[in-house]
Amino acid sequence: MPSDRHGARPGIALRTAALGGMLFLHVPIAIIVLYAFSSESKSFVFPIPGFTLKWFGVAFQRPDIREALLLSLQVAAVSTIVAMILGTLAAAAVWRSRFFGREAVSLLLILPIALPGIITGIALRAALNLAEIPFSFWTIVIGHATFCIVVVYNNVLARFRRTNRALIEASMDLGADGFQTLRHVILPNIATALLAGGMLAFALSFDEVIVTTFTAGQQSTLPIWMLSELVRPRERPVTNVVAVFVIAVTFVPIVLAFRLTRDTQDVAGSTK
Amino acid sequence: MNTLALPADGPLRRLSTRLIGGPRLMLFLLLAPPLAWLGIIYLGSLFALLAQSFFSIDEFSGVVVREFSFATYREFLGNPSNHDIVLRTVTMAACVTVACAVIAFPIAYYSVRFAGPRLKALIYLGVMLPLWSSYLVRVYSWKLILAREGIVNWFANALGLGGVLEAVLELPVVGGPSLSTSHLGTFIVFVYIWLPFMILPVIAALERVPASVIEASGDLGARPRETFRRVILPLAFPGIVAGSIFTFSLTLGDYIIPGIIGPSTPYLGQAVYAHQGVAGNIPMAAAFTIVPIVIMGAYLALAKRLGAFDAL
Repeated sequence: MPSDRHGARPGIALRTAALGGMLFLHVPIAIIVLYAFSSESKSFVFPIPGFTLKWFGVAFQRPDIREALLLSLQVAAVSTIVAMILGTLAAAAVWRSRFFGREAVSLLLILPIALPGIITGIALRAALNLAEIPFSFWTIVIGHATFCIVVVYNNVLARFRRTNRALIEASMDLGADGFQTLRHVILPNIATALLAGGMLAFALSFDEVIVTTFTAGQQSTLPIWMLSELVRPRERPVTNVVAVFVIAVTFVPIVLAFRLTRDTQDVAGSTK
Repeated sequence: MNTLALPADGPLRRLSTRLIGGPRLMLFLLLAPPLAWLGIIYLGSLFALLAQSFFSIDEFSGVVVREFSFATYREFLGNPSNHDIVLRTVTMAACVTVACAVIAFPIAYYSVRFAGPRLKALIYLGVMLPLWSSYLVRVYSWKLILAREGIVNWFANALGLGGVLEAVLELPVVGGPSLSTSHLGTFIVFVYIWLPFMILPVIAALERVPASVIEASGDLGARPRETFRRVILPLAFPGIVAGSIFTFSLTLGDYIIPGIIGPSTPYLGQAVYAHQGVAGNIPMAAAFTIVPIVIMGAYLALAKRLGAFDAL
């Protein structure tokens, strides 16, 4: 549907509703940021009595927070790499040929995010228990990579679908072998989509808490740390600062993913 | 004249020729790693979980008995408080879905029909950011907002609406001692968290309404209001159904939001979590997870008939 060419103006009701909806979506995030600078440490009193930067220093000195942050970054990095490899392979297979069970393969890829996270989490935990595998860094990665694959797959497949097959045939006709074609034709073509998919997968993994609670054992990622603070608050101002930090770390890759694919038809992240 | 040197027939090139020459081998090599990962790790786990719902727990020792029986399902179905949990969760999911659709539609409609390219991109990014990030932080923000000394109360009092807030909280069912411990609070946070999942599919559906259809409607004498009601809205409906798949499914499975904001009455996700956690009753937890799987299966079948998959 194109924008209105007859010069009709949106009614006041529509404008109010749209603006109200967007404010509803963003004011709470702004409030978190505001509270991170609050000088009041015992309660969530509004308006905040004064501004201070003190809690940023306190938060970065805390060893538990630094460990959780480090673990989250490592898990997100490894899960993203696994998801980028597996997602690209699956996208290439689905694009390249029609085969028996192709629909089933797409369904299988989507299932980990179509079903509620708690089902993925508890299923993995039950399986780990049955197989007597102890919780570790790798059990967290297994859970995260499983639901990140589809993110990369969606982005890369969308790009493949708009890639002209004739390019690949031309490359082969001109004497390049399969690996040269992969390196000089296919990879440059899908590069931005692959990168955007990876960015989104990273943000998704860095922020994930539901599946992680089932596969982490005693370790805490940053979201797990936050969850324990939400259930049993200890130092509220520190939690506020960490919350702002999480917002900042996840916003960067998402904005980058958006910019990378903005000029193409399928903007990354339009489906989760 | 230079002759173009053909690359030497090295081992890599021979391998490449074999792969290109044998499409089945190539397909196998591409598909095997992702299918092995998802098939073994994910589906394997899922089946292991479902199989365990046919185990039962020994009442005296609390040990899981690994023998096929319907005992767990009998116990699950025979307990009226379980029915309440399912009913409460499904009702909440339905209310949240309707509210999300009502709030999402004007945003999507404005963005597609009236916004210029810059504003459109801004709205798009503004919806995408909360969709992909900061789930827990966004839940947490409502703890600040709904707290007794927090913003909502301050505004209500400043505007002289403190009495209205009190009256709302005294309503049966939705009310409670404070906003952060009422069903209303849980509802607001659910709507807030899942709203982006509704906006994007509706935008996608509206983008696909052809200009010619709208013009034809106008040319045939329909007033804008009629065009909206009888042309645009029906064409956008599959987008709303597509969004509702997410809002509904995510509400069914969430166990964190009702645990943090709301009264202590349990929801489906919390029941699953409690059974597998402290109680160690994996069979009962597995039996509980059947409920969202069955509901979502039926929902997806219905959504497919309404054309929602084309709008995804």
